[in-house]
Amino acid sequence: MAMAASSRLLWASRAAAYLRISTFPRAFSTVLKDLKYADTHEWVKVEGDSATVGITDHAQDHLGDVVYVELPEVGVSVSQGKNFGAVESVKAASDINSPVSGEVVEVNEKLSEEPGLVNASPYEKGWIIKVKLSDSGELNSLMDDGKYSKFCEEEDNH
Amino acid sequence: MRGLLACAALARRAASAAPARVRHLAGAAEAAEAELKKTALYDFHVAHGGKMVPFAGWSMPIQYRDSIMDSTVNCRANGGLFDVAHMCGLSLRGRDAIPFLESLVIADVAALRDGTGTLTVFTNEKGGAIDDSVVTKVTDQHIYLVVNAGCRDKDLAHIEAHMEAFNKKGGDVKWHIHDERSLLALQGPLAAPTLQLLTKDDLSKMYFSDFKLIDINGYSCFLTRTGYTGEDGFEISVPSENAVDLAKAILEKSEGKVRLTGLGARDSLRLEAGLCLYGNDMEQHITPVEAGLSWAIGKRRKAEGGFLGADVILKQLQEGPKIRRVGMITQGPPARSHSELVSSSGESIGEVTSGGFSPCLKKNIAMGYVKSGMHKAGTEFKVVVRGKSYDAVVTKMPFVPTKYYKPS
Repeated sequence: MAMAASSRLLWASRAAAYLRISTFPRAFSTVLKDLKYADTHEWVKVEGDSATVGITDHAQDHLGDVVYVELPEVGVSVSQGKNFGAVESVKAASDINSPVSGEVVEVNEKLSEEPGLVNASPYEKGWIIKVKLSDSGELNSLMDDGKYSKFCEEEDNH
Repeated sequence: MRGLLACAALARRAASAAPARVRHLAGAAEAAEAELKKTALYDFHVAHGGKMVPFAGWSMPIQYRDSIMDSTVNCRANGGLFDVAHMCGLSLRGRDAIPFLESLVIADVAALRDGTGTLTVFTNEKGGAIDDSVVTKVTDQHIYLVVNAGCRDKDLAHIEAHMEAFNKKGGDVKWHIHDERSLLALQGPLAAPTLQLLTKDDLSKMYFSDFKLIDINGYSCFLTRTGYTGEDGFEISVPSENAVDLAKAILEKSEGKVRLTGLGARDSLRLEAGLCLYGNDMEQHITPVEAGLSWAIGKRRKAEGGFLGADVILKQLQEGPKIRRVGMITQGPPARSHSELVSSSGESIGEVTSGGFSPCLKKNIAMGYVKSGMHKAGTEFKVVVRGKSYDAVVTKMPFVPTKYYKPS
């Protein structure tokens, strides 16, 4: 549902660009309610002691078309705030930091063939890794959707 | 020539081989914005959704609302209009304009037909490249040339110093720097059809590298059939007060098919076309021979020399250079500037000087220098990106076939 909203927004601004209608720059990116966010623009969805991690709509929008995702191996450890991979766009490479500590139990293999899923569906099909949490207390240091939205606004207007 | 860089090149440069932190770009760009120069189209870019970034001291659009990928593909399918007014156009005039310029570049300027131009290189005493440039012989006593924005101060100081010395010895040459004009580039299959709607001159008789003084939409322009994309297209030098109106006219006549295109796509396009970017693929310590531009050294110039660094260059032509520029297709993540190239036996054999994902080929393409012997098409070795090795294979350039308009 929030997914559809963000896709509609993207479509709208692209259609507008093609028709050369002025639109306001996207005033906000999609931020989902039930996720937690890191200040390096990763999101985490927790279900029990399992977490799914990806980059946010704000991040993919700033990056541009993703052309490559460097994934870690299954079984490696990740630490909160530490780099575990990278996302490459046409214009830049960007580190991905893990918002949580634990063990990587699954990586999104689809991203090898379709790195663009990170742009099209940053919160669903574009998920990057799944982690078995080692310390659920760490979640308290992450932002909720409200705080993260505000954080993005402040960064963009800086 | 064709100075241009993709946006996070600014982050890439700041961080050398380290990955860019995207979120810092916004702050840095705005801070620098205050001192940056603006072209005549600045407000026009912003009104069209241009994302402005600092480049060579100017505030330039890296992209508009469409993505760099879409923009690149659109240029080859339809057309792109680029603001390249940051580049520096100048005219050399006088009885000795040609011999003067020939003392500084590798081209056989004298042999050019009136109204034609060529890509050339300004060399230093060691034979290295000061800048690349498209020079046009308008008449025997008038040469028009365009140099890179990032090299403007360096090039003008170099030309001025040599001009003073030349004139002191009885030479006759003066210059005029065209700061009253703005350069626009119109590239792609719709470039000529669109431009034809704005001028009475028959563009079908104007071929790749030709130059004309021409009225476009009523403005007195310098028109060169050249570009930095590999597509058919033009560079249009228009009086700056008419630049916005000309841009609007071009976009309207194309019914929206020609789109404003930024520096991000410009970099992808030139890389796909196998064209050097000065500052990446060519630098002070790299000779035109090493860069694969021996073809640009005029035949008479090879015999006579008479340009700075001729002794070094002529020697390389005889003995072969020790390193050579190559094109590569690589696996894994796109190889970026300064990525190391390693042979299968683990020996360091060179480095990448430009690289990225090709929107048209959907592959990673790159340019770099390898030691001679490893430069033949099909040679395989490895490129190291963020500590991991990936396959690389030498590939002939251009990566995307060029479409220059030439007589059949």
